[in-house]
Amino acid sequence: MAAVPAHLSACEAVPWRRVRRQRRVADRLMRVLCVAFTAVGVFALGWILAMLAWEGVHALSPRIFTEATPGPGSEGGGLANAIVGSLVLTFLGIAIATPIGVMAGTYLAEYGKASRLATTIRFVNDALLSAPSILIGLFVYTVMVQPMGSYSGWAGAVALAIIATPVIVRTTEDMLRLVPSTLREAGAALGAPPAIVIRSITWRAARAGMVTGIVLALARIAGETAPLLFTALNNSSWFNANLLGGVSNLPVTIFQFALSPYPNWQQLAWAGALLITVAILALSVSARLLLRRRTTR
Amino acid sequence: MTPLAAMAEPGAARGKTDAPVRIACRDLNFHYGASRALKDITLDFYDRQVTALIGPSGCGKSTLLRCFNRIYSLYPEQRATGEIILDGRNILSPSVDVNELRSRVGMVFQKPTPFPMSIYDNVAFGLRLYERLPRSELDGRVEAALRRAALWDEVKDKLKEPGTGLSGGQQQRLCIARAIAQRPEVILLDEPTSALDPISTGKIEELIDELRAEFTIVIVTHSMQQAARISQYTAFMYLGELVEFGPTSRIFMNPREKRTHDYVTGRFG
Amino acid sequence: MTAVTERLALDRPAPAVRPSALAAVDRVFRLSAHLCALLVLAVLVGVLAAMVHGGWPIFRELGAADFLTSSVWDVNTDRYGAWPAIAGTLMTALIALLIGVPVSLGIAVFLTELAPPWLKHPIATAVELLAAVPSIIYGMWGLFVLAPLVARYVQAPLNQVVEGMPILGTILSSQVPSGTGIATAGVILALMIIPFIASVTRDIFDQIPTVLRESAYGIGCTTWEVVRHVLLPQAGVSIIGAIMLGLGRALGETMAVTFVVGNANRLSASIFDPGSTIASRIANEFNEAFGLQMNALLALGCVLFLVTFAILFVARLLIARVRAP
Repeated sequence: MAAVPAHLSACEAVPWRRVRRQRRVADRLMRVLCVAFTAVGVFALGWILAMLAWEGVHALSPRIFTEATPGPGSEGGGLANAIVGSLVLTFLGIAIATPIGVMAGTYLAEYGKASRLATTIRFVNDALLSAPSILIGLFVYTVMVQPMGSYSGWAGAVALAIIATPVIVRTTEDMLRLVPSTLREAGAALGAPPAIVIRSITWRAARAGMVTGIVLALARIAGETAPLLFTALNNSSWFNANLLGGVSNLPVTIFQFALSPYPNWQQLAWAGALLITVAILALSVSARLLLRRRTTR
Repeated sequence: MTPLAAMAEPGAARGKTDAPVRIACRDLNFHYGASRALKDITLDFYDRQVTALIGPSGCGKSTLLRCFNRIYSLYPEQRATGEIILDGRNILSPSVDVNELRSRVGMVFQKPTPFPMSIYDNVAFGLRLYERLPRSELDGRVEAALRRAALWDEVKDKLKEPGTGLSGGQQQRLCIARAIAQRPEVILLDEPTSALDPISTGKIEELIDELRAEFTIVIVTHSMQQAARISQYTAFMYLGELVEFGPTSRIFMNPREKRTHDYVTGRFG
Repeated sequence: MTAVTERLALDRPAPAVRPSALAAVDRVFRLSAHLCALLVLAVLVGVLAAMVHGGWPIFRELGAADFLTSSVWDVNTDRYGAWPAIAGTLMTALIALLIGVPVSLGIAVFLTELAPPWLKHPIATAVELLAAVPSIIYGMWGLFVLAPLVARYVQAPLNQVVEGMPILGTILSSQVPSGTGIATAGVILALMIIPFIASVTRDIFDQIPTVLRESAYGIGCTTWEVVRHVLLPQAGVSIIGAIMLGLGRALGETMAVTFVVGNANRLSASIFDPGSTIASRIANEFNEAFGLQMNALLALGCVLFLVTFAILFVARLLIARVRAP
């Protein structure tokens, strides 16, 4: 400081310092807020998972997988029928959604492109993607449950399929668009008609991404509750392979048991919640790994 | 000097004097939407000769090449008018099945385009489309094509491995093998060496020279040296027009048009 | 190359597979792709049609305006008004946005500008994975953990503080401090939309070219100034689009809200009193509903559908406007 001539420091230092301090304070404040918000968010979300793990692990026992859901007021019981039912409904839903979703996504990426119809369908697909899932349940109720006269596993599977399809359409289209057009041209240049170019070249090139989309759709519908309330509903019998009747499933069972006054039901709800969350997180993680392997290769 | 007049003296071609015409192009115009990319191209391509299309970028040389197998028709906004005669038929006419046409006209692209499948399946892909071959014959055809593309010795032990695992130069030769496996009449090469290193480029150029014995070859190149090395005929294009066509030696040694002269001597481009 | 000298292209045999057969395969494939795409369209139209058709008796007999503004929902007298559910839906969503938006933006800024590299990836992944956690889990947590805490540490003290105060006394007091109610539902919804808005916003920030950011830092901007003058203006309305997508989720969320909203049919002035949202009303009553009640619920569904659709439409327009140039 001593080296600076007095007249220079006198006329420069004062205004310079004041502005800088304001900016520094604003910056510090913003940083603190951002860190605090992140901490709050991560803490709350971590709390949810910790609570789930704690309650769920305590409620887990082998009979969860071997015994059927207990009746009101009875002791013990498991979730076996609900687990089986959920697996059946989820895979049936995906089995319906996959061909439709892949073909519709293929239409958007390979045929429709920027046409008006394709633009409309793209928007409609986004609308379905973000439509409240309970409305899908209402829709399937009015077109399947009401005419057929009873809740049914098929209705539940269709409702789940309607929720899964837009996810698959979206990822299929996105992944197909990443395939370089020269690959399609090279296929066409050998005399292959578009259908063959798509099936044996484009789909193959986009395979990892498309599978990721299907896995994500699986994760999305595995925990869906609202659309099953009015479609598959429930069934307390042990093995319910009859898809024409109600089919018990984990989400609806969790919902009903958690809100019940019976402690053993609430325990089962926690166990089911843990199972379903672990399954979904595993699916999401494997979807990410699939995609990463594809991008690093 | 009109292009037709230039074509009228075939005597200057290296060694070959009277090759028959394989592809005849008449008054060809090409449009990308509203813009016109080719203007009244009239040009003949001789059987079992290498014809190079040269010119500065954007001159329409790739566009012209993409007319011969109608690959442009993948894109609805692109269209060509005029006539391109191959085997006595105007291939631009809607009555010609594009897929059959493309099985007669092979194409190799600027960047290697191995399909996401094994080396074997890459070569067999085109064969399986139009021919029902017993396994042994299919194996033979795949081997012949790979040998012809000078790739057999390098890949014969790993035919089941993915084609995408090969080096760039190998991938490009795989694409050539894939094209010739179908036994086309014409092979179109769109700057086939521009993504390759000099050694790979040398191999591909040798290969092109050998393939000339069996196929009519049209190559687009941005390298005048390459055109001079491997082609018998050269067409110089500029702004969508054919400026000059003739035997390669004459185009480079003794161009008749001033624009050709300026280009081949490096004044622009 | 002496091995192969025979001319490969000697005689072309007629193709064994006729081009016309291939063309037929091609047409079938194309047609089925087309049909599947149209099916997606048909489902959306079907959902709308089912809602409108089911709700029609209500709109016809009560009139849309009466239905939307009446606050009486009485199954015994067959009188149905949507206002309590609509108000509950809007209120919970508003609370969710008030809490969720600043926190989400904070997380997005933290992830793009502040976090040390070793922390960036784990937090980003955690946030994205949490968007996948099913909503009943949030609901259970809300019911068993959050609601008792709200009852003991928020409602009870707050009741004593605001008692007798003119406006706050009505908005913040609760008749029964049970912990469930509009406010708790709003908090749960906020937690549910945070992962969503945060990860979309982070994606938007990430797409802003690094050069812009670096040149701002280069002239001596603080992090806050870079965020305020470079990131936010650049991201612009697409952040609003992301927020609106989050809003759409909050409006339509069913299960988590049903757990904690209290499911009361009447309208209360206090945000700590039980209420209901459109989705929770449907989830609670639909299975036992018959006659006009079912029509009323479908009419509610119709309202929800139109509102979420409109929000999505605006959000898409906002995001598209940014990407256009």
